[in-house]
Amino acid sequence: MNNYLSKTNIILDRELKGYFRTPLASIFLLVFLALSSGMTFFLGRFFERDQADLTTFFSWHPWLFLVLMPAIGMRLWAEERRSGTIELLITLPVTNTQLVVGKFLASWIFTLIALILTMPIWITVNYLGEPDNHVILISYFGSWLMAGAFLALTSCLSALTKNQVIAFIISSISGFVLLMAGFNLVLSAVRSWSPNWITETISSMSFLSHFSRIQMGVFDLSTLVFFVSMIILCLWINVQLVQIKKAD
Amino acid sequence: MSDKLINATNLKKSFDQFIAVDNIDLSVSRGEVVGFLGPNGAGKSTTMKMLTGFLEPDNGQIFINNINLKSDPLKAKEYIGYLPEGAPSYTDMIVSDFLSFIGKMRGLNDNTLSNRLEEMADQINLKEMWNRPIETLSKGFKRRVGIAQALIHDPDILILDEPTDGLDPNQKHEMRNLIKRISTNKAIVISTHILEEVEAVCSRAVIIANGKLLANDTPKNLENKFLNKNTLSIEVSNKINNDIFKDIKSLIKYDDVKIQKTDMSTHTILVSDNKKVPNLNTVLKQINKLKLDVIEANFQRVSLEEIFRTITSDNNSK
Repeated sequence: MNNYLSKTNIILDRELKGYFRTPLASIFLLVFLALSSGMTFFLGRFFERDQADLTTFFSWHPWLFLVLMPAIGMRLWAEERRSGTIELLITLPVTNTQLVVGKFLASWIFTLIALILTMPIWITVNYLGEPDNHVILISYFGSWLMAGAFLALTSCLSALTKNQVIAFIISSISGFVLLMAGFNLVLSAVRSWSPNWITETISSMSFLSHFSRIQMGVFDLSTLVFFVSMIILCLWINVQLVQIKKAD
Repeated sequence: MSDKLINATNLKKSFDQFIAVDNIDLSVSRGEVVGFLGPNGAGKSTTMKMLTGFLEPDNGQIFINNINLKSDPLKAKEYIGYLPEGAPSYTDMIVSDFLSFIGKMRGLNDNTLSNRLEEMADQINLKEMWNRPIETLSKGFKRRVGIAQALIHDPDILILDEPTDGLDPNQKHEMRNLIKRISTNKAIVISTHILEEVEAVCSRAVIIANGKLLANDTPKNLENKFLNKNTLSIEVSNKINNDIFKDIKSLIKYDDVKIQKTDMSTHTILVSDNKKVPNLNTVLKQINKLKLDVIEANFQRVSLEEIFRTITSDNNSK
């Protein structure tokens, strides 16, 4: 077990440092901070609202993640396949699950770093008023959980192709569908031909409806189960895809 | 239990309709260097990918150090060092970081790892590039990094897919020396389409084409098998007219005797036999009787290259 975890950890370590070996990490962090605060202050009219909370800050996260998580995760497997290093990885004494989990965790931790760097906004709002810090903490956690689901989806889809751009596009599109799953736009397209339970299922898979509950400070078990099982499912498919597509 | 470090039987692999590897058996013992020869697309890389556990064979079994690769892949993979075709690596990493990463993944502890890293830097001459990103290295150095990552855990089995491809003659020479140096206590399989490489480093040559194993023997034995086609060539300074030619034919008791005119207005007598190798001494004695002046006499030996071409083209025409 110890050995099992340590190999996953070595993969995680290499991948996480990999983000910082190129300008990618700093560019990403800058863009994330600029967009998240820009949207909060300008589009979200943070000051005009005159309320000491971070609702406007978090409400943009699903839309930011829709683009930024595929940007972080697109290279995870596509690049291994393009450069042929997948052959090195698979012939090492590790399981595909260790590889998939290690890579996913690295991208997830990287996102955590990005979220932690937005803390000055939290500090600002505490300086300006008396926000409900309990809600903000839950929102941060929920945001990170949702980012994990986006990343797991991206990681899984990046195993389908050798091209990072294609990985990015299909991940964004799939992410958009999942995000909008609770909305009439998607549901009406499904409702006309499918039984009710399918419509219900799709509706319950909406990232947006789960996240909006978190934003209100409601963190129920179903939301936790939803995002965690979403991550596990995507990573499981990811392991299978790596196995099937490795030699293509 | 067998003393074979690699023991593969009935390996078969197809991609859709295409049969890449067709019932290949291969075993390699410690101390052997097996040269895997074949035209491009013959199935060399696919076979190596199966031996290293990257691809699963459709049929057949692979034992690595008596461990079944299919049922215990993690244990079996520990014994193998592998250089994939094109020596892929994480080019954004510096050499030492990349080698440490592979070493750690191979389960080396900190002490062993730092010793091995030092040995690799020395043995494979990587010192001057040690802290450089791999993407800035020349092809030769990238290949060396590939070899170093395959060797980092001092494996019993080394599988190298075209280790000298794209290297300049000096680098090729160095690489072959390195392979020879480390070959004494390992089982090594190298694939190549350079025949001189097999003659230089391999104790056994395995020739495959169209996924089938066509020959599996020492380079020497392969040559011997083809020796009946060897021709004795004797160059003489005399002019050879029809009468002399008749005399020569009657004196020399081998199947085939031919005369060729050379550019230097000398003549060459070519002697060959389908059943046995012509004896140089006997032929020379017979020619002396005719008072011919011999300038040079030698065997036109078949090279491994010719054997390879004969075998693989025979297989194609079938």
